[in-house]
Amino acid sequence: MIYRENGQFKTSYAADQQIFPIVQDRWAMLLLLVVAFVGVPLLSSEYLFRAIFIPFLILSLAAIGVNLLVGYCGQITLGAGAFMAVGAYAAYNFSIRIDGMPLLGALLLGGLSAAAMGIVFGAPSLRVRGLYLAMATLAAQFFWDWAFLRIKWFTNDAPSGSVSISHLQVMGWPIESPVEKYLFCLTLLAVFALAAKNLTRSSIGRQWMAIRDMDVAAEVIGIRPMFAKLSAFAVSSFYVGVAGALWGFVHLSSWEPAAFSVDRSFQLLFMVIIGGMGSIMGSFFGAAFIVVLPIFLNQMLPWLGELVGLSISTAAVSHAEFMIFGALIVFFLIVEPHGIARLWSTGKEKLRLWPFPH
Amino acid sequence: MMGERVIGDVILDLRNISLAFGGVKALTEISFDVREHEIRAIIGPNGAGKSSMLNVISGVYRPQQGEIVFHGEHFARMNSYKAAKAGIARTFQNIALFKGMSVLDNIMTGRTLMMKANLLQQAFWWGPARREELAHRAKVEEIIDFLEIQHIRKTPVGRLPYGLQKRVDLGRALAMEPRILLLDEPMAGMNVEEKQDMSRFILDVNDQMGTTIVLIEHDMGVVMDISDRVVVLDYGKKIGDGSPDAVRANPEVIQAYLGASH
Repeated sequence: MIYRENGQFKTSYAADQQIFPIVQDRWAMLLLLVVAFVGVPLLSSEYLFRAIFIPFLILSLAAIGVNLLVGYCGQITLGAGAFMAVGAYAAYNFSIRIDGMPLLGALLLGGLSAAAMGIVFGAPSLRVRGLYLAMATLAAQFFWDWAFLRIKWFTNDAPSGSVSISHLQVMGWPIESPVEKYLFCLTLLAVFALAAKNLTRSSIGRQWMAIRDMDVAAEVIGIRPMFAKLSAFAVSSFYVGVAGALWGFVHLSSWEPAAFSVDRSFQLLFMVIIGGMGSIMGSFFGAAFIVVLPIFLNQMLPWLGELVGLSISTAAVSHAEFMIFGALIVFFLIVEPHGIARLWSTGKEKLRLWPFPH
Repeated sequence: MMGERVIGDVILDLRNISLAFGGVKALTEISFDVREHEIRAIIGPNGAGKSSMLNVISGVYRPQQGEIVFHGEHFARMNSYKAAKAGIARTFQNIALFKGMSVLDNIMTGRTLMMKANLLQQAFWWGPARREELAHRAKVEEIIDFLEIQHIRKTPVGRLPYGLQKRVDLGRALAMEPRILLLDEPMAGMNVEEKQDMSRFILDVNDQMGTTIVLIEHDMGVVMDISDRVVVLDYGKKIGDGSPDAVRANPEVIQAYLGASH
């Protein structure tokens, strides 16, 4: 009953084209931002930041990137992990090899390097699609896994193969404590998410979706498949690359190539499928599902066991965690193959009519 | 029929077009022209090569032989992008809309070629990108009004009934502000009322916007009623060309449709 748009008339196309045309949605979004920027830092513990919030934010950013490519442009990728690695190692090299390279500059250059690689490894999409394209992007994964492990130049000849970065700061502000890292990631994510939303609602986003839905018809109205597909690969890889650089610099601060293995690629693809293809909000849902749920299960299972008088061993908990997690993925995909984002929008449509269903 | 409408000079001239898929000859040395502002129909039995002809004009198929002259420009090898740039728009026989997008977005894609803002401007909804988006939205709304689909502008096209999808398909082509509009069976599978609506839209587009129209249609009543000149194809060859009455009286055409009397 509260969620009604009665009486909210649009008198201009500008008002009708807002991201959140319904007043209640705008307030909800504002509230969410206040909670994220003020509430969470005041109330959370260090553990929550390190284990949940920071990984969630960075992986959300990567998931948005993958969603732009897979969900909006319909080009499948199994190489997202590799583009994260390219972003991370490129940012690392820029910041150690160029004196006085600012953190933001390194992150953006990392993203741009990943975008360039995205164009190179996205080129096969002009000729092949579907599973064959998945194979081509998988090649990117294996190539970069190998390159960062074997080519010493990338790791600045580090004997252990792992690289590290420290003393992060942005314009004199240190990014050292978990709260500072959290706020830094959150700010970047907010800007990037807004930009992604803008892209998807303007001409370029429509070109991507047109190529996804019906490429022959798209060509006939003057959309060039090469431009649409490669721009999707570039923008997507840029997002994923920046996320990779953040993952290395802010979350891990010292890492080796295994941090960006093929597992990471699959994880990102799952986030997009579970969260909702072709939905920016879905990327957040997917990231939350994949990051938070395992930790939640891990904490909840022993507690639930005690409730019924069972003590569950740590090993059993971690096995059960995998089983329940897998079962939940299958359950979600059966109930709603279009992901959590679709459940969310169906729920909102129902709410608009509640309590009178007709 | 249309009173004051003035048919202009030839704007589209097809010369000796031949198209083959492997050993199958889809089109054999077909030549015909289209005059400005006219409604030109292509008819013929199934498999005559009508859709192939439209695909050649809109650059989806590349003919092995022949030449297309459009507005004085010669195209030996047309492609979809060149055709769209030159002002050729088309609809599809089995609707080819973008299923995941709303009606509004589908029609907005028709304006892609006219939108110039770059990626960064679009990402930040910066001045030029925003202004452009709003200006084109206003144009698209005019088309939505014209086609009487205001009530479904935010609906994903996948959820619409067939007749409305056909209308959206027409709207997307109109959004390109084409000089020539190719319609591939715009009334296939429609009931009488829907056919009447569609005929009215086609005549209005031709009359009010001055758009030249080439259409393929199986309903002879409609073809004879609305077209100025008719081309008849059979087995990839041209067997008749002229006014509806002349074509109707052509013995070769009668034979193709009704079979030879032995």
